[in-house]
Amino acid sequence: MALARRIAAAAAATMLLTPLAACGSDDEGGIPTLNLYQFPVQDMQTVIDTCNQAAAGRYEIAYQVLPRAADDQRVQMVRRLAAEDDSMDILGLDVTWTQEFASAHWIRGFTGADRAEIEKGTLAGPLASATYDGKLYAAPNNTNVQLLWYRKDLVPTPPTTWDEMIRASLKLKAEGKPSQVLTMGAQYEGLVVLFNNLVASAGGHVVSDDGKTAVMDEGTVTALRVMRQFATAGVTSASFSNSIEDDVRLAFQNGDGAFQLNWPYVYSALQSDAPQLAPNVTWARYPAIDAGTPSRVTIGGSNLAVSAYSRHPDLAVDAVKCLRNAANQKFLAIKAGQPPSIESVYADPEMTKAYPMKQAILDELKDAAPRPLTPAYQNVSTVVAAQLSPPSAIDPARTAAELKKAIQDAIDSKGVLP
Amino acid sequence: MTAVVEKPRKAARSKVALSEGKRQERRLGWLLCAPAAIVMVAVTAYPILYSFWLSLQRYDLKFPGDREFVWFDNYITVLGNGYWWSAFGVTMLITVISVVFELVLGMGLALIMHRTLIGRGLVRTSALIPYGIVTVVAAFSWRYAWTPGTGYLANLVTPDGAPLTERASALAIIIVAEIWKTTPFMALLLMAGLALVPEDLLKAASMDGASAWQRFVRVMLPVMKPAILVALLFRTLDALRVFDNIYVLTNGANDTRSVSIIAYDNLMKGLNLGIGSTMSVLIFLTVAIIAFIFVKLFGTAAPGAGDEGKR
Repeated sequence: MALARRIAAAAAATMLLTPLAACGSDDEGGIPTLNLYQFPVQDMQTVIDTCNQAAAGRYEIAYQVLPRAADDQRVQMVRRLAAEDDSMDILGLDVTWTQEFASAHWIRGFTGADRAEIEKGTLAGPLASATYDGKLYAAPNNTNVQLLWYRKDLVPTPPTTWDEMIRASLKLKAEGKPSQVLTMGAQYEGLVVLFNNLVASAGGHVVSDDGKTAVMDEGTVTALRVMRQFATAGVTSASFSNSIEDDVRLAFQNGDGAFQLNWPYVYSALQSDAPQLAPNVTWARYPAIDAGTPSRVTIGGSNLAVSAYSRHPDLAVDAVKCLRNAANQKFLAIKAGQPPSIESVYADPEMTKAYPMKQAILDELKDAAPRPLTPAYQNVSTVVAAQLSPPSAIDPARTAAELKKAIQDAIDSKGVLP
Repeated sequence: MTAVVEKPRKAARSKVALSEGKRQERRLGWLLCAPAAIVMVAVTAYPILYSFWLSLQRYDLKFPGDREFVWFDNYITVLGNGYWWSAFGVTMLITVISVVFELVLGMGLALIMHRTLIGRGLVRTSALIPYGIVTVVAAFSWRYAWTPGTGYLANLVTPDGAPLTERASALAIIIVAEIWKTTPFMALLLMAGLALVPEDLLKAASMDGASAWQRFVRVMLPVMKPAILVALLFRTLDALRVFDNIYVLTNGANDTRSVSIIAYDNLMKGLNLGIGSTMSVLIFLTVAIIAFIFVKLFGTAAPGAGDEGKR
């Protein structure tokens, strides 16, 4: 009995120690391992294998897959970085986190020839999202912009402004045809993206260029007015204030909507999930606020950065350059549907078939709008989403004033996050 | 808790002059418990004092350069904030409702476990299963059960609604999950109290013509009072810190945040050590006040300590 217990205890102790031993065993003597912490990407392992082969034994990238939800990814990385974990080498960051990580000195800047190599041929919008305080802190990996998807069997010419779109939808509704305008309105980042699209299209500013002061100028009030008008005109779906990307995609595939404002990933899903509807769906630039001024839309996507605590920073920089090179970006664009951040990739003939909407994406990317570039973006986004939800309850002037105070508190890390 | 109870005793004794031997004995007693006391202080006092120290600063990991001492500014911010009070209200609501239900159901369960003659071990073990399941695992099964499409409960109760996306129904589900989970724990504590009720007393009451209800209310409850109060104190303090169920079921959406959730969001997601620590200190104070009320006003004491005090 006592012996059995002792054996069990010893076994338990060994089991506890084994993973620790695995952690402790460094790459002494062997090939240095570079840990890449990134959200799940389809076929990412193929890209990593390609780079490992090209490195020819200089380094070996290991893919540490983070959770699917953006918040969980960020919390896990931030916890490790706050504890100065030196087992993280390359970090896959959402475009909105770069400033935060840079300001906290958690990621290294790219300098000299490395910086020049990354900047060469990379689109300006994604590059801005990777820059903080005039320095380049991350390498843009993929990018993203929302498009207007519409039913060409119902709408002969795409609307260019929100007013036109709302009128067209109401007309279809009166005729008893599918009429809804579907987009994301739940209390989360997607609502902030919608707000940012409208603000940028109206020429407004939420936060000053240096990211230190809340502005909320005339343009933001216009944006709030359009948002309220859209939410109350009777053109949205009943679950607008509770919808995220996939809810919107599915509702459109069901044939409920005439218009959908969503990321390009909906295209390939539509071809496979709703083949009878797919030929009737086409795309256009995101609607503007004024007919004369083209819309400006929010940039999404991800960047690759090198941890400040990495034990192999130079190798990690080389690995980043390989992971995001033009060939690998093209591979992931075709396989995983990620829009590339290097302009020349769009011109590749293979892209035409997988990415027929590439010209529309490129046009929007040329003058796209970043989200407020501040290290406190996460806080700003949380308070903005809380203040704007539900969009039908917006009172433009009052909401703008309340937002200004809440955003300033968030930037000064004075406010309580909801 | 014990310190509060022991104070009057110590004061009374110090009036009596101690003999040399007694004093020696007392010194030895102090020496013997010193290592344990030092470890306790190191593991509990240090983090408490450190979070109090953090709560007096503007300290945000995103802006390491802007760290400064701001006295009680963070307290003014938190106590003047609507989100905090909403979370506080939700926490209180969950605590009061779940503890009341747990007390009633737990008492019933305790009586069953106490009175069972056949298969006693089996009954007690099966009653304890919910408490034995990891909260996160249980919470996930509740979540899937209440999600339209995957769940049997969602489609049963509301054919075309999503109960976890509306405030009232989401709070009700959180409370049900809490009650389901901790009623066995309550029953266990109450069963210990039931064991204190002498069989002879019940028989005597029965002889005097007391009905079953009268025996329960007039004999069992008064004898069990210390055990009930301890059980209530434990569960109230526990329920105040509710986190895992909410984290899994709603993650605080639709104003279902508890104080622990909002503190976690500010600390872990917001990286704001100042505001987050302020919230932790405020939770700590709330817990301390409630424990104080229980001990001072209701006379809760650790089992056994009460008798000694009377002696």
